[in-house]
Amino acid sequence: MEFTDDQLQRYSRHIILPEVGGKGQKKILNAKVFIVGAGGLGCPVGYYLAAAGVGTIGMIDNDTVELSNLQRQIAHNTKRLGVHKVDSAKETFESLNPDVKVVGIKDRISKDNILDLIKDYDIVVDGSDNFPTRYLVNDACVMLKKPLVSGAILRFEGQVTTILPGEGHCYRCLFEEMPPAGLVPSCQEAGVLGAITGVVGALQATEVLKIILGKGDVLKNTLLIYDALKVNFRRVKVPKNNDCAVCGSNPSITELQDYDAGYCRI
Amino acid sequence: MEEIKIDKKINIKGLICPYTFVKSKLAVEDMEVGETLEILLDYEEASRSIPKSMEDHGHKVLKVEKINDTDWILLIRKEKE
Repeated sequence: MEFTDDQLQRYSRHIILPEVGGKGQKKILNAKVFIVGAGGLGCPVGYYLAAAGVGTIGMIDNDTVELSNLQRQIAHNTKRLGVHKVDSAKETFESLNPDVKVVGIKDRISKDNILDLIKDYDIVVDGSDNFPTRYLVNDACVMLKKPLVSGAILRFEGQVTTILPGEGHCYRCLFEEMPPAGLVPSCQEAGVLGAITGVVGALQATEVLKIILGKGDVLKNTLLIYDALKVNFRRVKVPKNNDCAVCGSNPSITELQDYDAGYCRI
Repeated sequence: MEEIKIDKKINIKGLICPYTFVKSKLAVEDMEVGETLEILLDYEEASRSIPKSMEDHGHKVLKVEKINDTDWILLIRKEKE
């Protein structure tokens, strides 16, 4: 594949990077990334991956755009209230970059559809807002050996970690079981500073691009914690747990399950 | 002096930065290590910035020559993938 003149201009700041070049940019154009959620994290992740030229972006979300989303979900806008988030995101990303094809799925992710949904993608990004989905995505990615870039936000804090099944830790090595529903802040208690979704989402997008390029280090065996109030980034070592229920040497979880959705969706 | 064997030539007259380097870099990427690229250009800044960037990328600048009032010729040898 040869670059068109438009592509040379669009990706010039990538191509001149020694770590990217024309070969790296072609890898990005051929990459397929699946994003779980078209909300606070899915918007900035998808936005930057679309700008970077990731050729195929899959996105699943069953929600429609609400006014209360727009303080942070930057792929959507006031004119799109009531529109499915994946349709809104597709419109935004494809108009940003015609090299990108967005495959939007209006559904909830579940044990019955996840393996089929992600099987043709190279990398999965978790931008979901609840623990049942987070564990489901982790378990599915471990089973299919798909790299997973997981992100989470609450209030003024964000977390990012990169799971390379077989090479490093997984989400269950980090947090073995889901916290009981009562311990998770309720909708009324939780809030989030909109801009931190951009910080965390951009970190996730950067992890994805490094995986595609095969350059630099990723957050393997590491949890990165961002504290916006203290302006602090902290790296926490997360060793792979050999007794992990899903990625350990003798896993007890060998089939996907849907976890109790007794969680408030933030 | 031994004649330098040129394996590939590009003419990037009319282009300005950063496309001068983008085109040059893509040409080098498509070559084998040890091969030499000749670049013909007319954007003065690029006559300085391309050699510097090529060296930063680990390649060897064999020649930078102003050949007339407007044009330069650069010779770059690819040193690594």
